[in-house]
Amino acid sequence: MIDLTGVAHRYGDRWVLRDIDLRLDEHRVGVIGANGSGKSTFARLLNGLLLPSDGRVTVDGLDTRKRGREVRRRVGFVFQDPDIQIVMPTVAEDLAFGLRHHGVPKTEIPALVDRALTAYDLAEHRDHPAHLLSGGQKQMLAIAAVLVTEPAHVVFDEPTTLLDLRNKRRVAAVIAGLPQRVVLVTHDLDLLTDFDRVLVFDDTRVAFDGPPDKAIPAYLDLIEP
Amino acid sequence: MLSLYHEARSPVHALPAGVKLLVLLAAGSAAFLVRSVPVLAAALGVVVVLYVIARVPWRVALRQSVPVLPPLVVIAAAQGLLTGWSTAALVALRLLAVVLLANLVTLTTRTSAMVATIEALLRPLRPLGVRPERVGLVVALTIRFIPVIKEQADQVRAAQRARGARRGTGFLAPLLIKTLRLAAGLGEALDARGVGSGERSQAGSATVRHGPSADPQGDR
Repeated sequence: MIDLTGVAHRYGDRWVLRDIDLRLDEHRVGVIGANGSGKSTFARLLNGLLLPSDGRVTVDGLDTRKRGREVRRRVGFVFQDPDIQIVMPTVAEDLAFGLRHHGVPKTEIPALVDRALTAYDLAEHRDHPAHLLSGGQKQMLAIAAVLVTEPAHVVFDEPTTLLDLRNKRRVAAVIAGLPQRVVLVTHDLDLLTDFDRVLVFDDTRVAFDGPPDKAIPAYLDLIEP
Repeated sequence: MLSLYHEARSPVHALPAGVKLLVLLAAGSAAFLVRSVPVLAAALGVVVVLYVIARVPWRVALRQSVPVLPPLVVIAAAQGLLTGWSTAALVALRLLAVVLLANLVTLTTRTSAMVATIEALLRPLRPLGVRPERVGLVVALTIRFIPVIKEQADQVRAAQRARGARRGTGFLAPLLIKTLRLAAGLGEALDARGVGSGERSQAGSATVRHGPSADPQGDR
């Protein structure tokens, strides 16, 4: 469960989030809103990548301000641009990297890497340099590298923005099959149709909070009144 | 070292990375002590045989070795004109043998094995404040991000050409900005993947910034 209590955030003098009081306990939560509405900042607050200027964020009872490292182990984060998320030169090495830093015993890492390579259609690229993968393969590797560490919650920050339709569908299928709690920030409204809850951000605040069949029309009303 | 590992089963692949680095160091040093063209030619022959033993296809070997040839020719020509052709042959054979051997180490050693070896070598320096895992990470990140930065440089060049800019005009500033954004995003990604001190600030991780650094759309 993720709780945000009295959360606000600013960069310098500019407030980008205000008056956020939310409890996220649904399986899949979508986050939509215009550019600059505070979505990405909100996403980064959930795993302690950012600490709120005001208020408190807790994940399964752990305060991101005091227990940041544990929070980040519990909350996986997939960025929009996989190029910044892939830190090792080859595909298998990148999968092993996260496991090593999560304290998985060395002897268990090869089997977990092999399983992830197969599960995410990357087996034939095992020793390929990451920079030679296609955009879709890079994003799949970035997602696999997060999921292989088995986080309890996964935050996706616009994971499909840079992808073509086929790869968007592949990523959507992976997200749909996850047993973890998912928080998905996206501009692809069709990814959210069977989500449990959708938050609509507008001008630093949550303007609507409800099921997708009500939240998506509310968002469309906001941008085209 | 740019993650050009070539998968194969061979005795050269099976050698521990530390042994290969040690051989490279010893052979590289020895090459600069030898002053005999026939001996250096024989050494070059040994390196070629090692490529065969390592089962590296000639196309792969060429792709990685050809880029060093033009500067090698320039150096040899300069040596030939300035100090004589026998010295030129010595220098060319020496450099070619060492570069080909270094390439062979690259082609037959996974980056992770190389990084693990560097970490092991630096472990005795831990009491002096050296953090081997950080040095290893820096090596891995350097290898990973050289091609990414090259891609960004190509993008900047293409964008400038598309807008009619002449070659070299204002190339560095946009590349620097893109690279700094990349570095900030990378810091954030490393934190997200469990690397880092765990200490956070309200501005984010490694750098003070004015928004989510990894977001090319500038979303907040």
